[in-house]
Amino acid sequence: MNSQTLISKGSSKKTSGDRGDLASRIFRLREFGIFGILILFVGATTVARPRFLGGQNIRFILIDTTVFALLALGETMVVVSRNVDLSVGSVLGLSAFVSSNLYQQFHHVALVEVFLVGLGIGLVCGALNGLLVTVGKVPSLVVTLATLYIIRGVDVLIVGGGQVVANSLPNSFIEVTSSQLLGVPTVSIVVAVLIGLGAYYMKNFRSGRDLYAIGSNPDAARLVGIATSRRVFNAFLLSGAIAGVTGVIWASYYGTIDSTAGTGYELQVVAAVVVGGVAIFGGSGSVIGAAIGALLLNTINSALYVLGVSAFWDQAIAGFLLLLAISLDRGIFVYLQRTIRRKKVLGGS
Amino acid sequence: MYYHRGTSTLPEVGKNNGTHMVTPTLALKHVRKYFGAVHALEDASLELFAGEIHALVGENGAGKSTLVKILAGLHQKDAGEMLFENFETTFTSPKDSIDSGIAVIYQEPTLFPDLTIAENIYMERQPRRSFNRIDYEEMNSSVSSIFASLGVALDPRQVSIGLSIAEQQLVEIAKALTLNAKVVVMDEPTAALSAKEVERLFHIAKTLKAQGVAILFISHRLEEVFRLCDRVTVMRDGRFVMSDLTENVSEETLVRAMVGRDVDLSERSEQRSVHEVVLEVERLSEEGVFNDISFSVRAGEVVALSGLVGSGRSEVVGAIFGIRRYDYGSVKVNSTQLKKGSPARAMEAGIALVPEDRRQQGLVMEMAISRNIALASLASLKRFGVLSSKAEKNFSKDWALKLRLKYSKLTSPVSTLSGGNQQKVVLAKWLSRSPKVLIVDEPTRGIDIGTKVEVHRLIFELARTGVAVLVVSSELPEVLALSDRILVMREGSLVGEFERSQATEEKIIALATTTKAVA
Repeated sequence: MNSQTLISKGSSKKTSGDRGDLASRIFRLREFGIFGILILFVGATTVARPRFLGGQNIRFILIDTTVFALLALGETMVVVSRNVDLSVGSVLGLSAFVSSNLYQQFHHVALVEVFLVGLGIGLVCGALNGLLVTVGKVPSLVVTLATLYIIRGVDVLIVGGGQVVANSLPNSFIEVTSSQLLGVPTVSIVVAVLIGLGAYYMKNFRSGRDLYAIGSNPDAARLVGIATSRRVFNAFLLSGAIAGVTGVIWASYYGTIDSTAGTGYELQVVAAVVVGGVAIFGGSGSVIGAAIGALLLNTINSALYVLGVSAFWDQAIAGFLLLLAISLDRGIFVYLQRTIRRKKVLGGS
Repeated sequence: MYYHRGTSTLPEVGKNNGTHMVTPTLALKHVRKYFGAVHALEDASLELFAGEIHALVGENGAGKSTLVKILAGLHQKDAGEMLFENFETTFTSPKDSIDSGIAVIYQEPTLFPDLTIAENIYMERQPRRSFNRIDYEEMNSSVSSIFASLGVALDPRQVSIGLSIAEQQLVEIAKALTLNAKVVVMDEPTAALSAKEVERLFHIAKTLKAQGVAILFISHRLEEVFRLCDRVTVMRDGRFVMSDLTENVSEETLVRAMVGRDVDLSERSEQRSVHEVVLEVERLSEEGVFNDISFSVRAGEVVALSGLVGSGRSEVVGAIFGIRRYDYGSVKVNSTQLKKGSPARAMEAGIALVPEDRRQQGLVMEMAISRNIALASLASLKRFGVLSSKAEKNFSKDWALKLRLKYSKLTSPVSTLSGGNQQKVVLAKWLSRSPKVLIVDEPTRGIDIGTKVEVHRLIFELARTGVAVLVVSSELPEVLALSDRILVMREGSLVGEFERSQATEEKIIALATTTKAVA
């Protein structure tokens, strides 16, 4: 028996080791691929228009990316758990108007209060989504599509034909996005730290791993005793809260806020998340990948603008990258299955 | 032998490292479980002692799965007692059951494909370091040492996607070990394993037993029960029937206790007359899956395609029926070549396929029984282009009768039937088209003995009427009982052929498992 055990150990270790290496090599290749495309765009655009790499343009790209990467942080947590939050654009819009409008309504509003109002709006919307999905058992695609319209409707009711204009906003508010640290927008640094913390949380805490488990196999998650409803609810709550806070940042950056703020952002965020390697059906991906996805899409956007290419191409290219990301995932899956099966058929040689 | 009758107490005998009269680790007494009007468990009793492997057998619908689900905390009993280490217990959730030290290994384990093996094993119980952070190093090394002790060569850091069912079960077993499980429930663990993998599982089960774990082993294969288990409990119709040491009972006794009557497990008796070739497969190949497969099946003949799970049998059958594409070769029915990759053409040509996975491929589970039976014959039931529900009803009633289907209402969803009866519905669906070639993939997997005999009888009858039958089966007794000729596949190639008179289980196994091809 002993010798038999040893033999089987030796021979099958080789195959499983190969398989592990193969998978990790491909996944590393994939993140490398995103960077590759990024560098390609930056390089080509810089050759054509050297001012592309100018400080001001880079700051624009960074702040745009900051907004989307922050939204993507919350969205990733939701998507990893095999759900989707399509309401983030509307939440951002509502929060942006209501929070910045405080300055027009009241004297002596503290910046902290403005952020707390934005956060509060996000928490309420996130809780609504979370409840409908976990207690109402309605698929999140449907729930958040509905709340996308509902929240936008509320926004339009509140805003009416009005808008917040930049000169009603105090300097302290504008500085949220205009202040710099060593030439880099402070807000970007803060968000980068937040994303790092988010990634660390998702990797190193049970409640973070639970989200992956739920997305990977919801039934099995229940079987091992994961409080699936609570985890999914929290993911939506967090996504809402983040969207609310992002609304305040957005208002500070743009200064002019009407009822259309953040329209269509939800799809750009989902696109960034998927391009960044988060599986749309949950279970795998990271917030850092999603942030890179956001950086890539915003860089392309800016590059095309600098090159004077029509905005249509921007969307077409985003769509193309999305297809590429998804077919890459599918391709890897099929390829892995094939190689594993072939190895079995050929007896592991 | 002990027969349980209603109120009498259960025997307190259990072998436990020489000591007698110990209290069972787990005891169920007169447990009931109702789902609406369905009485899944009527009077279930079971005693499980530390250090024993205890078989639980019974036909499908006997209530074994319900019992397992109560142990796993997925269902709660309605009445009766459950004693865990002599304390009355109710598991209100899977977590309760896990925390008490009960590990359930399902026939097809439910892992997290995107997570690593170590994470799968330790999910929700990950070792932690400061600030409650997961200690990956500790987790991976702990899993490594468990695998080493089991003699298993899996990398804990490997993502679990692509693991075979046998490997997935090993992951579940490792999980049971990390739980320090006192009770390990194995629900039909061998159903999808190759002979070699079954041996490894048995070896591990015996190791666990030596460590004092109580193992509940559920299986339809009685030879496994006799080889592995110390005691056996039989259930029928949600009731406890008998429990005894395996050395005290015979196979006939068990079968009679399970079925409640005598069952004739005999082989086919009469020699059938064999006619012209109907199905002809030539040089069929799909790169990396199967290669150069040639054989033919004559009218009135039953041919078995045998081999280990994963040897390519089901893939060949899928290619013949057109649900898989092949790279080279041809499939002919009555000398007419079939278009590849077109199940519609295959059906037109008279091929019927009863697939392996009836839930996913053979039935529309939420649709009525009658509609499922008629599904493949809708064209013939139309009147003026509209489906006549009366014709459908009569048609399906006819077939239900022919196949001795057990049902309450033909309009109830198929999901309400037991596994064996579901299989009959799939058979009825295809038989009603009067096929020329019938392909049956694992016809009796997960089906109780009573229904198995009926399914076999049906296959014989069909062959007698001149249908060419191709059977894929992992169960060698079934292969030997059913077929006139046996083809053996190994690692994607056809490696041998036997006439039934020459075939023995040993010969087939030898051919199916030898690692290097001779030719």
